[in-house]
Amino acid sequence: MRDVAVIGIGLTNFGEMWDTSFRELCVEAGVKAIEDAGLDGEQIDEMFVGNMSGGRFVLQEHIGALIADYAGLATNHIPSTRTEAACASGGLAFRQAVTCVASGMQDVVIAAGVEKMTDVSGGETTDALAGAADREWEGIYGVTFPSLYAMMARDYIHKYGLTREQLAQVAVKNHFNGARNPIAQFRKEITLDVVKNSTLVADPLRLMDCSPVSDGASAVIVCPLERAHEFTDTPVKVLASTQATDTISLHDRRDISTIDATIAAGNRAFKMAGLERKDIDLVEVHDCFTIAEICAIEDLGFCKKGEAGKLTEEGYTALDGKLPVNTSGGLKACGHPVGATGIKQVCEIVQQLRGDAGKRQVNGAEIGMTQNVGGTGATVVTHIFGRT
Amino acid sequence: MSVPRFWRKQPQRYNLIGTKCETCGTHYFPPRTLCPKCRREGKIVEHKFKGTGKVVTFSIIRTTSEEYDIQTPFPVAIIELDEGTRMTAPVVCDINEIHIGMPVKSTFRKIVSDGPSGTIVYGTKFVPA
Ligand SMILES: [Zn+2]
Repeated sequence: MRDVAVIGIGLTNFGEMWDTSFRELCVEAGVKAIEDAGLDGEQIDEMFVGNMSGGRFVLQEHIGALIADYAGLATNHIPSTRTEAACASGGLAFRQAVTCVASGMQDVVIAAGVEKMTDVSGGETTDALAGAADREWEGIYGVTFPSLYAMMARDYIHKYGLTREQLAQVAVKNHFNGARNPIAQFRKEITLDVVKNSTLVADPLRLMDCSPVSDGASAVIVCPLERAHEFTDTPVKVLASTQATDTISLHDRRDISTIDATIAAGNRAFKMAGLERKDIDLVEVHDCFTIAEICAIEDLGFCKKGEAGKLTEEGYTALDGKLPVNTSGGLKACGHPVGATGIKQVCEIVQQLRGDAGKRQVNGAEIGMTQNVGGTGATVVTHIFGRT
Repeated sequence: MSVPRFWRKQPQRYNLIGTKCETCGTHYFPPRTLCPKCRREGKIVEHKFKGTGKVVTFSIIRTTSEEYDIQTPFPVAIIELDEGTRMTAPVVCDINEIHIGMPVKSTFRKIVSDGPSGTIVYGTKFVPA
């Protein structure tokens, strides 16, 4: 296999982008990535588009062709494929692009992620997202995504004694970081009281424990590491790309508040990169709900099960802590346009390793990691990146 | 949910009929047609569950999709059935009453209706035992 590098990134603003359409969002991110890589569109060999539910949110399928067409690449007839794994659709698109280049099949490949969630009502959004779980045996009872993660939170609190303050601190930290990210949906710091007094959505999770409904797109361009310097002075090397699967239903998991697919994907990633946990300078994890970040830190092996709440409270995962987590603001503050999230995480790590993260910059960041979750943990995609 | 999609799961939803693998003895609800442990070596047969179990974890749903919103707030739980398998289902009880470890038993209830004149979906909910 060939070594692969990221040579360009592009992001739209995340948020309620009512005046921008699905295709416009994706093309905007793609064009920014092409410009960032100093490429010409003609040089793109293949495209992957991560999207969870264009069919529900904008009533559009055939996303691969749609985006290739509006990106002006249809006349080149390049292969363009949509990847879907619920909220891990973007991470999966990136993994497909990496695999495609590593295999030697193609040289310059673009991976994009896009979701336009605000064209439908809140109830329709809730119902579409419920499709990331088992529709016949979870969704049928009106079970929502917040309630599934709430059941994980309840189980976790019962077993490990996580406090309300520790959980809320995840949101406070991520809003602090989001306030320093120009593309974030919420560029505003919040207090513990704001989280603790927000409306109950699914006990024990409150509104400010949940990531928002968002529009947005992200794009990344990869090529063989040996060619990267043709395009950029600051390529970022892909050190590991892994994916793991678990049961679709939460009730079938070995342990309700442990995501075994994160453990599996994480272990494979560290093995592939030949690195240890202490080598990681920062990580972007899938904090669709505050409890998800707690579980991710533990399941990736950065601490023992049951310790992440205390570490968060002590500032270990803060921007200036030992292991900064979600410097972008995470899904919580940056926004969670489901198909775009996995690639946005990659863009954040690339900016950090290039030293381009502005007020969010982690000093001397050399190695970063991403963890992107589909559903309640049925799919997990992880990546590790290194400065070159 | 479309009528055929609901209709073909009626025996399971109405009477808590799942499956059992006779090779390894594992019970499955929701039913599986392939045993994940034994795969093609497994012999899957129908199994009617007793319908008793306990709450493993739960949440109170405050907002959900439009068709279920009229029922909020309502408790939903992961139930461990006595046979050892787990399932997700609503629990019909006071929202302050539900707790981890609570013994429950199954009951036949309306789940949701597709508007005033559409199909009514019936199935299994749980009540305190
Ligand atoms: Zn078996």
